[in-house]
Amino acid sequence: MSGVYIGMPAFPQNAAKAVQNSQLRFNLRKATHTIRGRRAAVVGELADWAELRQAGKTIKDHTLRHLDRYLIELEEKVTAAGGVVHWARDAAEANRIVARLVKDTGETEVVKVKSMATMEIGLNEALAEEGIEAFETDLAELIVQLGDDFPSHILVPAIHRNRAEIRELFLKKMAGAPKDLTDEPRALAEAARLYLRKRFLEAKVAISGANFMIAETGTLVVLESEGNGRMCLTLPKTLISVVGIEKLLPAWQDLEVFLQLLPRSSTGERMNPYTSMWTGATEGQEFHLVLLDNGRTSVLADKVGRQALRCIRCSACLNVCPVYERAGGHSYGSVYPGPIGAILTPQLRGMDTELDRSLPYASSLCGACYEVCPVAIDIPSVLVDLRAKARHPRTEKAGMAAAGWVFSRSKRLAKAQRFGGRMRRLVPKRLPGPLSGWTDTRDMPEIPAESFRDWWVREGNR
Amino acid sequence: MSAAAREVILRRIRSAVEGAPEAGIERGYRGATGERGDVDLFAERVRDYKAIVHVVPRAEVAATLARITEGRVLTVPAGFPSDMYAASEGEPDGVISTCAVAVAETGTIVLDADPGQGTRAQTLIPDYHLCVVRDDQIVPNVPDAVARLDPARPLTWISGPSATSDIELNRVEGVHGPRTLEVVIVIG
Repeated sequence: MSGVYIGMPAFPQNAAKAVQNSQLRFNLRKATHTIRGRRAAVVGELADWAELRQAGKTIKDHTLRHLDRYLIELEEKVTAAGGVVHWARDAAEANRIVARLVKDTGETEVVKVKSMATMEIGLNEALAEEGIEAFETDLAELIVQLGDDFPSHILVPAIHRNRAEIRELFLKKMAGAPKDLTDEPRALAEAARLYLRKRFLEAKVAISGANFMIAETGTLVVLESEGNGRMCLTLPKTLISVVGIEKLLPAWQDLEVFLQLLPRSSTGERMNPYTSMWTGATEGQEFHLVLLDNGRTSVLADKVGRQALRCIRCSACLNVCPVYERAGGHSYGSVYPGPIGAILTPQLRGMDTELDRSLPYASSLCGACYEVCPVAIDIPSVLVDLRAKARHPRTEKAGMAAAGWVFSRSKRLAKAQRFGGRMRRLVPKRLPGPLSGWTDTRDMPEIPAESFRDWWVREGNR
Repeated sequence: MSAAAREVILRRIRSAVEGAPEAGIERGYRGATGERGDVDLFAERVRDYKAIVHVVPRAEVAATLARITEGRVLTVPAGFPSDMYAASEGEPDGVISTCAVAVAETGTIVLDADPGQGTRAQTLIPDYHLCVVRDDQIVPNVPDAVARLDPARPLTWISGPSATSDIELNRVEGVHGPRTLEVVIVIG
């Protein structure tokens, strides 16, 4: 994954800082609770939601099991329809391919539709190094880009910004923003409309991602709300789509499942305002598809973790997560925040940094994320599995080994309990040194004077 | 370089899934019905997106279109039924189109670039889109719509006017696509 987050502290430090920011907590609480309510209402309208969810899960599992076959079929169909397919093993290769394709057109500016994959590979930064400027056209992405900021939510990347902050940003950074701009969302949206309109009409090259690719027909699908997607997908002469290999669906018919699951889970609407579907080079365009691995095949190799590849990036899990709601998206140090990020990021990037090792712990394991996931990813189980795989500090290992030794024989446990009971007044509320990691976030439990077993024996003997 | 990448990725996939259990697809949900969709439900669901909706008998379509487009100059794509609406002189400030399929349950209209619908850009750039939907084009649900459509054509699914909720999750109608969507449903 991209290096933009390198050097970021681990989740607990980030979260501890974020929870002190009351504006952020207010913005997040309001936003997540609003979407949560909307989602629940439109999901409740469908009597067959459980069956749709099961279909979504099994279609994705089936596709992943035969991913090689379906990718080859997709390649054939896209090529037959006049598109060109490229394969990228990692972020650097994908960025090189896209930069070369843009350079071949002779252009130095591109417009972009919001895409998690291009964010993941740090495409904008890579293009900038090649002298190509990328303009984000999704309103929230524009807010993030103008503010030189990081996205904090999959669906609403600028969820951490309120209207007053956005107004300030537009006045400062957006060329031609009206001097009398108010902080009304309508006025801010209008300012963005005017700012981007000329760009759309003049752009020669667009870069997008895709929500789905259909192997059977070679069709790509993009769901959006604002119309910036339609602008980018239809107006420029050259369209380059960078898509993760797991975004594949075998058959055209499979869309009937995902076009119901995604909008209702994501924005909480019966359907999002605009969905574009195109097959190969359309209406005189030139079309390039870049298929991206970048760690996905190593996730696929993990028996427990591979289910994370079912993810359709709806963000329902973020909106119900008590940890995300308080810690915010930036704490996760990845373009994929929240519960799905906590299992996806360490698998895609590996667990070499302290940040990535800390992510599987960014959860209370309450299971709300599993409950709302439209493709039934058992996030808590993957979190637990990743915790076991992460490297643990030596003190923790020693502590666990000692505990294991004590608990494995009832006589040892009884002895330890009696000793603890006698020493109970001497145990400090905070443990010293490396052990403080435990007591900083938890109360030391009261040690009883007598263990249950001892009490039972005493009472029974009476 | 690309050919090597292709082989490497395919090889990685094959070794990753080796020995993994077969995974069958379960389709227990409501599939396509093949039936007609409910006109009133469709009208109600389109209105939910803050679009303007008219339900009119066939004989009154031309008069209704003339009335609601008074003062407007609309782009009329090739193949639009000329007995319904005729192009007028001047700089267009909107577009009129037919559609391919409409979905009652979700209030969605689908364009497939057939005659009468124009190119994708024609129904995107103007600030006003007027769409004429025949009642026999309305299907009950999403599976019915998918079954009726041809993926070889460029498809645009439209559910209400352009919108964003990116600022504090306040829904604002109209960012880059048409800010006003008006739908005329033709009965009979």
